[in-house]
Amino acid sequence: MKTEDLIAELSGELRPIPPHAGLAPLVLGLGAGAGVSAALMLFWLGLRPDLMSAMHTSPFWMKFGYTLALAVIAFWAVLRLARPGVDAKAAMRAIALPVAAMLVLGVVELMRSPVDPAILFYGSSHDVCPERIFVVSLPVFVAALWGLRRFAPTRLTVTGGIAGLFAGAAGAWVYAFHCGESGALFVSVWYTLGIVSVGVLGALLGRFVLRW
Amino acid sequence: MHLKVLMLAALEGDGRAYRTLLTELSGHLRTYFARRMGSAADAEDLVQDTLTAMHRRLHTYDVDQPLTVWVYAIARYKLIDNFRRNRLRRTVSLEDAGALFANESADSAAAKRDVERLLNTLPQNKRELVRLTKIEGLSTAETAAKLGLSESAVKVGVHRALKALAQQFSEKT
Repeated sequence: MKTEDLIAELSGELRPIPPHAGLAPLVLGLGAGAGVSAALMLFWLGLRPDLMSAMHTSPFWMKFGYTLALAVIAFWAVLRLARPGVDAKAAMRAIALPVAAMLVLGVVELMRSPVDPAILFYGSSHDVCPERIFVVSLPVFVAALWGLRRFAPTRLTVTGGIAGLFAGAAGAWVYAFHCGESGALFVSVWYTLGIVSVGVLGALLGRFVLRW
Repeated sequence: MHLKVLMLAALEGDGRAYRTLLTELSGHLRTYFARRMGSAADAEDLVQDTLTAMHRRLHTYDVDQPLTVWVYAIARYKLIDNFRRNRLRRTVSLEDAGALFANESADSAAAKRDVERLLNTLPQNKRELVRLTKIEGLSTAETAAKLGLSESAVKVGVHRALKALAQQFSEKT
């Protein structure tokens, strides 16, 4: 086919593009994914029995805030990565901020708390926490990749990885409604491990799933 | 700036502005790919790939962004994607590699050497004629054009050369 003919054909089928087209399906998909993640948490794991009283304590809001901040920043970075030629360096660097802040809180806790460091580190659920975060994140992860396929990321591995971090953080946020852990060190290690595992999955799948 | 005005009109649904935009961009893209690809046909394929990709992803253009940055980011992606695809296609597993060399058997190599030896007994100009028409498989007209001879001269030359070869062959056997 000649390029002129292609141009004629393409301009013949042009439709007006509303601003932020493509964003709506992504956000709707993510909403649905988060709903499935929440249902998974509720029926598989269940809410923590002391949720109402826990909501008056700072550890609950620490987990809530950490995972939400990470999810918001990672989502911002993903949206930048999803558009050709948009610089996402600052957004990607910003992802390190909540992770570093959480680690500092964990180390401070380790130095100040009279509790045995092993208990602070392992809590009572380290053996299940990362896997459960991984599983609870999967619906959001699938929704994120599906939504990104309408976009045009040019760095597929990086975009997949950051999309995975986003989904992991969103899944961890949901998981926090089940989890009874209250230690900062625990969260900074095991929550982060679960979140990063979804990021690794995204980085591995990115170049296959996000190609366009 | 001028291209960006066209783009903004296109996003509102102005097909004529869009057509002008794509035509101008195809020129820029042709230059971009021609510098990076071996053949003009490959470059043109990538121009078309890029235009189509742009068209399908128009909504990923952010109006606060310089248009050329967006266009060249897509062009670069398509270029890398093309290299990756070709690398995959050109890769042959070791198990299958034998097939690539199968027809290069010892017999045909020996036959090739014999042909060369026979050809070398011909004078230079006749040797060239036989090589072009019978080994490289050019037509009489192509050979004539290549050597700057008339077609009939090529025909006569080839005929005489083959006759001479046949004679030598019969003398030797």
